[in-house]
Amino acid sequence: MRWIQAAAVGLCLAIIPCGAIAGVSGQAVRQPTNWTAIAMFALFVLLTLWITKRAAARTRTVSDFYTAGGGISGFQNGLAIAGDYMSAASFLGISAQIYADGYDGLIYSIGFLVGWPIILFLMAERVRNLGRFTFADVASFRFAQAPVRSFSAISTLLVVAFYLIAQMVGAGQLIKLLFGLPYTYAVVIVGVLMILYVLFGGMRATTWVQIIKAAMLLGGATFITVMVLARFGFSPGALFAEAVRVKTDLALAKGASPAEAAVQGRSVMGPGNFIKDPISAISFGMALMFGTAGLPHILMRFFTVPDAKAARKSVLWATTWIGYFYLLTFVIGFGAIVMVATDPAYLDGAGVLRGGGNMAAIHLANAVGGNLLLGFISAVAFATILAVVAGLTLSGASAVSHDLYATVIRKGAAGSARELTVSRVTTIVLGVVAILLGIAFETQNVAFMVSLAFALAASGNFPVLILSLLWKGCTGRGAAIGGSIGLLTALVLTVLSPAIWVSVLHNARAPFPFTSAAIFSVPVGFASIWLISLFDRSGRGAVDRAGYAEQRIRSETGIGASGASSH
Amino acid sequence: MQPELVERIGSDPRYLRLVRRRSRFAWTLTAVVLVAFFGFTLLVAFDKDLLAAPIGAGVTSLGIPLGFGLILLAIALTGIYVVVANREYDRLTREIVEDFAA
Repeated sequence: MRWIQAAAVGLCLAIIPCGAIAGVSGQAVRQPTNWTAIAMFALFVLLTLWITKRAAARTRTVSDFYTAGGGISGFQNGLAIAGDYMSAASFLGISAQIYADGYDGLIYSIGFLVGWPIILFLMAERVRNLGRFTFADVASFRFAQAPVRSFSAISTLLVVAFYLIAQMVGAGQLIKLLFGLPYTYAVVIVGVLMILYVLFGGMRATTWVQIIKAAMLLGGATFITVMVLARFGFSPGALFAEAVRVKTDLALAKGASPAEAAVQGRSVMGPGNFIKDPISAISFGMALMFGTAGLPHILMRFFTVPDAKAARKSVLWATTWIGYFYLLTFVIGFGAIVMVATDPAYLDGAGVLRGGGNMAAIHLANAVGGNLLLGFISAVAFATILAVVAGLTLSGASAVSHDLYATVIRKGAAGSARELTVSRVTTIVLGVVAILLGIAFETQNVAFMVSLAFALAASGNFPVLILSLLWKGCTGRGAAIGGSIGLLTALVLTVLSPAIWVSVLHNARAPFPFTSAAIFSVPVGFASIWLISLFDRSGRGAVDRAGYAEQRIRSETGIGASGASSH
Repeated sequence: MQPELVERIGSDPRYLRLVRRRSRFAWTLTAVVLVAFFGFTLLVAFDKDLLAAPIGAGVTSLGIPLGFGLILLAIALTGIYVVVANREYDRLTREIVEDFAA
């Protein structure tokens, strides 16, 4: 059942809480080499490399490198954010989840989306007004630089590392599946392209890779959705009815009694196994919602626009595209039930999808658009991975060069050229490390890594940002130590949870029984910052509190905020 | 920023109005999103049957319009915030900036 394992790895990459499918890890089996897909992907690579070359000519300063000079428009940035956020795993993984269980997939989609309004209402404009390059600019605005910057940089690197490893391993498995290329080739290709984009094109190239990818993904998914709905006279109700009928027939064919089969058929219309206990449900929801609002590579995107108004507009566009995408995914999953699960061409002898559960959307592409659409969607999946890993690498590199090197070590006296060199060297180092770890983790269970990244962002970055932005009493000591306590709590509880303790370390029972740490670690993060700030009687603490009025004025009005660079 | 300027902007009635209005509106919308999302999550945890119940004669369950509704609500609320901010907060901000940062 190696296909099922491969499917499970992909599903987990979509941050499905892996308690449900714990203990799975595995290898996708190589498919025959798909030349249509490779040709389409080659076109994408040529186009993005040409863009990178053009961007390289305009990348001279750290501002160009980190934020494309702040000259991206709100609409463009919204698309780029969507491109940064919608991973291949969330496209293939969520549609596969819907193909398998129906409604449950929608619950994940909602969790991924609801962080965005929160980002807009509480953070986006303030973050833009206070920062220049990294979210640490915002978190440390009125504090002593070294402690808060160090916390932010470490937290960024942790989040980026876990996210990146999961993407690299997922990329290798997926590309082996879609293109028929060996795993190692796939990881090296992804790693090298990601280094090229970031190293030479910086944020400008990364942004355009993300925009093109988002447009391709949204276009492809829209086309499949229209083709599916057209078969049902554009009536979702008719599509759902047919899906229930198909699931009922499949259950009957497996020997279920008519009554059981009817129940199984209807189960695609309601929540199933997704939630085992209410605490895990709330906890997982918190990790997704608040984690989204603390992801460093997402926050960084707000510095690429000229002002707070454009930052606001970016979130509206991003939310619209991401929400639209999840609606499409739902139809695509049901379309796969109706058109793929009934067609022996896409199934093996046991009635399991050829290539594994993750292939539901890919097979559906073939069913509605033939080999050409299949190749296109496969190329989109590859492009999607590249866009995500490029954003992650850039964010990691800026944490090292801007926060650690330029601010903590050189105390702001590094100079732009020197800082740029450090970020480029870091990009290469990160890329090489990502390739090596991607290869090293080929057969490992990395399912927990993305959900861990979200839990870390929710428990460390999010409380630090919210309290430093909105609470006068917050001090640098509180933010740095309290944020670290939140991070550490999330890390320790995740290690003790079934996803690692049982699935990776092979112990019998997990001391922490829930699928996500967030319900405990997010309050621990907030409470630690609050208590430590409250009892901070140091002179610096007084300075930190006194700085709030000025920070508040700048965050609300933008007076003194950095603008777009003029060239 | 000079301490004296911070003092003057900080006590300017327009600034106070901007901060008060925006903060009240933003927290209200935040509360709506939190209640809607965690309410939905609790419904999934405690009353799966309700979400699975068909509406009308077809197979479509109550969970479908609720789930789609949540996605559309997230988009609609961000839209509403942007419209209000464009119309109202930007004007107040511009007045303050013109007076103090010129």
